[in-house]
Amino acid sequence: MKNRRQFLIDAGRGIGIAAVGGLVWAGFLQGKKAYPTVLRPPGAVDEARFLAACTKCGLCVAACPYQALVLAAPGDGRPVGTPYFVMRDRPCRMCRDIPCAAICPPGALDTGLVSDGEAGKAGLNINKARIGLAVIDRETCIAYWGIQCDACYRACPMIDKAITVDPVRNDRTGKHAILGPVVHSDHCTGCGMCERACVTKKASIFVLPRRIAMGESSDRYIRGWEAGDEKRLEEAPKDTTTVTPRSGKSPTDYLNREDL
Amino acid sequence: MPGISEIRYRILRRLVQVGVLSLFVAGNAWGWKVLQGNLSSSLLFGTVPLADPFALLQVSATGTMTAAKALLGAGIVLFFFAALAGRAFCGWICPVNIVTDLADTASSAVGGGSRPLRMSRNARYWVLGLSLILSAWFGIAAFEWISPVGALHRGVVFGMGMGWTAVAAVFLFDVFVVKNGFCGHLCPLGAFYSLAGRWSLVRVVHSKEQCTNCMRCIESCPEPQVLPMVGKRDGAVLSGECTNCGRCIEVCPDGAMRFGLRTQVSVKDPKEVAL
Repeated sequence: MKNRRQFLIDAGRGIGIAAVGGLVWAGFLQGKKAYPTVLRPPGAVDEARFLAACTKCGLCVAACPYQALVLAAPGDGRPVGTPYFVMRDRPCRMCRDIPCAAICPPGALDTGLVSDGEAGKAGLNINKARIGLAVIDRETCIAYWGIQCDACYRACPMIDKAITVDPVRNDRTGKHAILGPVVHSDHCTGCGMCERACVTKKASIFVLPRRIAMGESSDRYIRGWEAGDEKRLEEAPKDTTTVTPRSGKSPTDYLNREDL
Repeated sequence: MPGISEIRYRILRRLVQVGVLSLFVAGNAWGWKVLQGNLSSSLLFGTVPLADPFALLQVSATGTMTAAKALLGAGIVLFFFAALAGRAFCGWICPVNIVTDLADTASSAVGGGSRPLRMSRNARYWVLGLSLILSAWFGIAAFEWISPVGALHRGVVFGMGMGWTAVAAVFLFDVFVVKNGFCGHLCPLGAFYSLAGRWSLVRVVHSKEQCTNCMRCIESCPEPQVLPMVGKRDGAVLSGECTNCGRCIEVCPDGAMRFGLRTQVSVKDPKEVAL
């Protein structure tokens, strides 16, 4: 039987080896979480929770009737074993029964996020999917050059809602219109049909995850042109002064100090 | 060449392992409803959920709530192995077993030879602990991201990509670094089933009367530490580390090993119950 000293040495050695292995492993895992541009199936919960919950079973991929979903294999440059879209190749066809989300065992795809009201088959609404947001590169989009092209607009399953064509004057010719496509984030599901349809060599309209494609304005601005937005002023805290260490002093003292 | 009866369980295990994987492939490629998904979680006959209980344990270590469907699936699988089959997942289902058995055969074919590294078989329990700690730390199921088991079964069903490198690494590790290195020393999934399967009903049972002490069972066992009773006393193999692969049974020329139930032989030596 080992004595206590030997036991402690062995235990320490075990912990040391485990720490070495654990740190290498930890470094690897840290790198695995940084894939910001991956496009998840409809109903996906936010990316951090998705990565935790997804068991990499591929049932969503198998359920996709258009074989649009891909399960990331090592070397794909996506989190391994998780589902993603490549819109230029195979966009989401927005099935009404959303088979990918409905089959997900651990709930990484949550049908509640793509349902009207209570989660359930009757209430499924694929239009609520937010796979991503289509973004247009106006410098390479030929419609913005003044050439007539409405491929993305025609391909959009939410035509006239998610993509509209807004005519503006073509200053170059002075007598034509530019019929430029415009994406509206309140309707765009990020299905990617536009990216697939785009005629330029590399798509000039493409889907990015919303957290990357969208900015966020601060809520301190009141949009006076929007009915009711002014009401937010009533809820605003009364004390809105910025407090810094200097706030305690009076302005006159401050301006009259010699070391200004 | 071994006679067919000397590899009868090996053949049967291959059929089960390849059969299960084939059903998954058919489920993905042609929509067969027998088994869909993969070994991480799946649907049996389109309705019964099945899930890897160790993967779900890691997911819960991240603090993520899992839907009831997956929990039920993990419960069914856990119950099957814990109550009935023991660590049989490793010997009968896991596709990496095909690779490591091949590695074992390959290294014996060239005379075995000494390998440079000795490693404790308890390392796997450390890896098991680490997977849970790292899952909690990073908020992602830690082992599922590096698992050669996942790389292989996902690869076969959904496309291998660079996953073959992990599988090749396991093979080479077993051949050149540690005998039974991956399955017997490192894999936390095996460690999980070793712990979960300790009290299962189906066991290999040894009878001393027929035993001639030829030791072929111990030589061919991938976890030889589970066979302390051979030639010494009657008894069931009670260690959870036994994969119920049946290797000892098929190589025994004397019929001293067989599959039985743990209740058939009373436990005489309490030390045997220990891991």
